[in-house]
Amino acid sequence: MIEWFDSNLVSILNGFAIGSLLFILAVGLSIVFGMMDVLNLAHGALFLVGAYLAWSLLSDGATWGGFLAALGIAALVGLLAGGVLSVMTEPLARRPILDQALLTLGVSLVVAEVLSIVYGNDALSVGAPPGLAESVSFLGRSYPAYRLALIGVGLVLAVVVYVVVERTSVGALVRASVADREMVSAMGIDNRKVKVAVLGIGSMLATVAGVLGAPVYGARPGLDDTILILALVVVVIGGLGSVKGAFVGAMVIGQVESLGRAVLPDLASFILFGTLALVLVLRPRGLFGPRKLAGT
Amino acid sequence: MESIVADTAATGGRRGGGRRPSSLLRAVPAVVVLVLLVAAPFVLAPFATTVLGRILVFALFAVSLDLLVGVTGLPSLGHAAYFGVGAYTAGIVAIEVTSEGLVLVLVAGLAGAVAAAATGWLAVRSSGVFFLMLTLAVGEIVYQLTTTLDSVTGGSNGLYGIPAVRVGGTALTLAGYVYWFVLAVFVLGFTALWLVSRSPVGGALRGIRDNEPRMRSLGYSPFRYKYVAFVIAGAVAGVAGGLFAVQVRLVTPTEAGFTTGALALLAVILGGAGSLWGPVLGAAVVVLVRDALGPTLEGHGPLVLGIVFVLAVYLLPRGFAGLAGISAAVQRRRAASRRTP
Repeated sequence: MIEWFDSNLVSILNGFAIGSLLFILAVGLSIVFGMMDVLNLAHGALFLVGAYLAWSLLSDGATWGGFLAALGIAALVGLLAGGVLSVMTEPLARRPILDQALLTLGVSLVVAEVLSIVYGNDALSVGAPPGLAESVSFLGRSYPAYRLALIGVGLVLAVVVYVVVERTSVGALVRASVADREMVSAMGIDNRKVKVAVLGIGSMLATVAGVLGAPVYGARPGLDDTILILALVVVVIGGLGSVKGAFVGAMVIGQVESLGRAVLPDLASFILFGTLALVLVLRPRGLFGPRKLAGT
Repeated sequence: MESIVADTAATGGRRGGGRRPSSLLRAVPAVVVLVLLVAAPFVLAPFATTVLGRILVFALFAVSLDLLVGVTGLPSLGHAAYFGVGAYTAGIVAIEVTSEGLVLVLVAGLAGAVAAAATGWLAVRSSGVFFLMLTLAVGEIVYQLTTTLDSVTGGSNGLYGIPAVRVGGTALTLAGYVYWFVLAVFVLGFTALWLVSRSPVGGALRGIRDNEPRMRSLGYSPFRYKYVAFVIAGAVAGVAGGLFAVQVRLVTPTEAGFTTGALALLAVILGGAGSLWGPVLGAAVVVLVRDALGPTLEGHGPLVLGIVFVLAVYLLPRGFAGLAGISAAVQRRRAASRRTP
């Protein structure tokens, strides 16, 4: 057992690194959907925007200045994009959920295509900032320092998001909106403002995740769909609108993606679907999803 | 609107004989279009004929998706999976066994149905956004399989060297003959879907779309109906995939990918979900923009399609079919407002 653990340590650590990244992505997706009923299919495209941003600022040599600038710009771009998405979906608020999802799907096609016009169709790789670019020894194995840092960032963000959602008045508003949006707006809270804020922060998390993920995944066309699907699987497994669910789901899918691929390379896709199927058969609303969805 | 559709559903296939003359009259445009389609190869250049064939292939795929999206109310983002399964199956059978057209189309449809039966059992249990996500996940998994199973699918290079389709032992090499074969299968597939949609089963599916609890209380099993619709849609998508292999003779993972599914959804939305004939027009627009206009846009057809997608969501909530049926919709709304208590 210990031997198996030792030989697969790198895969397990990779799984946690992927999980951290997926958590940052999925928590935004999950809360936006849980609170606002907007399934943002442009989430993956926003991730890719962040990744290309990181490449633009770091391709001449990775510096901390460039990395932090990329994070800052990505956060701003994300906030703005969230605002734009929120304005765009507003006229569709009374139409079925599908129409809003389709709108964001159209937006994601446009964004992905514009990115491929600007940056070409080649896969671009991005270096980690200095000091994190090397490998360090971890439990007797050499492991890229950047991925360890990524795990750390993911854990810190998870704690921050959890504390904000569970312990602050803003968080109370979030939880209340997930539970019953009509009631929240009946109590005098402007739904549209909440929507702008939530979509802005959710989109910001996506672009920031893109920058953070760039040294691991690089930037290439098609990455947006891959990432979006992983994030959606995380959200489905974890349950819509649940921070805890997004965290557990992200860690499970991170391990499936990494350890699963390492141990059973041919079956990885089936394991992903199998995990999803198993969770949905046992818990149709996800592991930590609401007991009962509004309107069902 | 909602109540009247549920009412139609509840009464099932009961139809008065008085409708017959009007439905005969309504068949006239369909016959005209069919005659034009049959005559097309005599008039059009071979390239234009091939594009028209591609439109028909994609249209059949889009119409099968419409059975799910428009008729049953199950928005699937992963429908390309069954299209891809059909295309690969037909391609492999054509290379390894026989390129007899009827066999190819049948095995492709069977493969699509089996794949849909295996995955739909789970997908159909969910609804709304969960269904969207699950179908997306299924689609992505099939896409990944097509790229990773190199020995079977040819990996990212695709499956090439598919021989020309044969009908009764004769190889069809001229673009016009291939087109007629595609057209014949398209007409059969479309008619099959149209019959399903007009049958009592179709009525029940619409009822489930509009008011599932009511249908359940009337004794229908929504799961069973949705599952049947899902498998039928998968089978027809498989047939369309088989036609794709016949027409293009090259199958790549793109055919099973997310973008193909998204474009089919665009065709359905653009044409008008639930009308079946609308998505055919939507598919024509999609294929023309992507294949015919694509080269002049340096391969950035998807950019135009994305913009069209965004505009369509805002401007054409019921698609082309909605434009054509505005007067009918006004009448229906009047009737509905009279009926709603």
